[in-house]
Amino acid sequence: MASMISDETIEYVGILAKLELSPEEREQAKKDMGNMLDYIDMLNNLDTEGVEPMSHVFPVHNVFREDTVANGNEKDKILANAPEKKDGAFKVPKTVE
Amino acid sequence: MRKQYETVIGLEVHVELATKTKIFCSCSTEFGGAPNTHTCPVCTGMPGSLPVLNKKAVEYAAAVGLATNCTVNQCCKFDRKNYFYPDNPQNYQISQLYQPICQDGYVEIDTPSGPKKIGIHEIHMEEDAGKLIHDEWEDCSLVDFNRSGVPLIEIVSEPDMRNADEVIAYLDKLRLIIQYLGASDCKLQEGSMRADVNLSVRETGAEKLGTRTEMKNLNSFKAIARAIEGERERQIELLEMGRQVIQETRRWDDNKEASYAMRSKEDAQDYRYFPEPDLVPVIISDEWLAAIRDRQPELRTQKLIRYKKEFDLPDYDAEIITSSKRLADIFEEATAVCGRPKKVSNWLMVETMRLMKEYGMEADSLRFSPENLAKLIQLTEAGTINSSVAKEVFEKIFLEDIDPLQYVEKHGLKTVNDEGALREVIEQVLADNPHSVEDYHNGKEKAMGFLVGQTMKAMRGKADPGMVNQILKELL
Repeated sequence: MASMISDETIEYVGILAKLELSPEEREQAKKDMGNMLDYIDMLNNLDTEGVEPMSHVFPVHNVFREDTVANGNEKDKILANAPEKKDGAFKVPKTVE
Repeated sequence: MRKQYETVIGLEVHVELATKTKIFCSCSTEFGGAPNTHTCPVCTGMPGSLPVLNKKAVEYAAAVGLATNCTVNQCCKFDRKNYFYPDNPQNYQISQLYQPICQDGYVEIDTPSGPKKIGIHEIHMEEDAGKLIHDEWEDCSLVDFNRSGVPLIEIVSEPDMRNADEVIAYLDKLRLIIQYLGASDCKLQEGSMRADVNLSVRETGAEKLGTRTEMKNLNSFKAIARAIEGERERQIELLEMGRQVIQETRRWDDNKEASYAMRSKEDAQDYRYFPEPDLVPVIISDEWLAAIRDRQPELRTQKLIRYKKEFDLPDYDAEIITSSKRLADIFEEATAVCGRPKKVSNWLMVETMRLMKEYGMEADSLRFSPENLAKLIQLTEAGTINSSVAKEVFEKIFLEDIDPLQYVEKHGLKTVNDEGALREVIEQVLADNPHSVEDYHNGKEKAMGFLVGQTMKAMRGKADPGMVNQILKELL
């Protein structure tokens, strides 16, 4: 049973993901998302009665770091791939709330 | 006539934890470094980097929960909160939505009508964002990720507060608890404690809550009080005009004493939270929790009782000294060195308070070492310096943390106990002031004070006042 993604949903998800989609891309995205939801829907065929929701695929917990500074000043490496930089900082379009 | 309204306030308080490193990487959390000098692939959101949780951050968060009567969730998890903003390099913030570390606590505050419990809905851990600097010359913003990944706890209260006084009492209580725990320095001005105010109004007696707004950018207790008053008035005015309060985030401008809408309803928040796949669950065993509880330092209420019992301090002194973790620390350390609790308390209550007022300082920023205060007390106790010299030296300790012993030596401030030398000076003072001597003999007690003053002046304040009095009486 194919899930139908409405135009409104695709529009809204596009806004949230900051994506501008052409009409063709929009149709393709609708189809892809529908397929994904259909795939996920397969889970509904399983009996999950009494199964604890899983939070992680590995049966591992409590992976910690001790609180010790180990990183030095790697500013130049961190900035190396920045499209634009200024005064040791990443330069971005003016953003004011 | 205008209707009666009740204000309903809940707070979201962000506190930067006092860890040495960030929450998910080994970068330093030190404040004030040059831009991006405390960064790595993890806290700048580079592809392929993986977060590893700082154990100390978990312990601080649990400690705050225990001290605020919360239930610590012994199994907690992290979630991703998705949003786009240049200060957020991953395009998501790692936070806790579904299973926060602490829940259902409270703190008690004092109100004019008696003690009141302010509920704590939850405390969750999350990472701080970077800082945006707006360039003055170019139309651009500069991003500094030094703060990105600094561990935060967000303490979410229940909507239990009704006015600005209760809000401030609640914040003060939280701040003291957290400072005493050593979990944060909680400085509002420096942003290590930040409060967002959720406020709504409703007609007195109404059951249903009104529509609330959230106010940000409040960085002093005064700003919080003004913002609450301003927002209450704004909402009441809207309702009185028959209009509606819109649920929105507003930014308080303390200079203009007005708030304005930050985010309009059109771009309503949809954070699409989901479980963080890069971090495994945190299981806090009974033993671990017990260890955190055992390590809990003495909090204010216990200190208050102990100071009165162990050091015989009056209620008032104990209240003031424990009102700041820093003052309490100075008190205890200085007392340990000199063994004179009442003297230490007096220096803190009188001279320290006076100088703090004069220099517009908060107790938390006192920098002098308790040991130097203790040495000063020892010097006065031994009669090496008199009380007016001591005050002068204390000001130097307060401002520059000088060693009083060296300072007194270097500036020749020791009290002169050489009776012969003092006698000579007094004889000269008497010879120079025959008028006062006559007045004294005619029964004018005031003349004595004048002569003591003249002697002290001639001795540049270094004479032992007791000895001056004694010799004067003898010679007159």
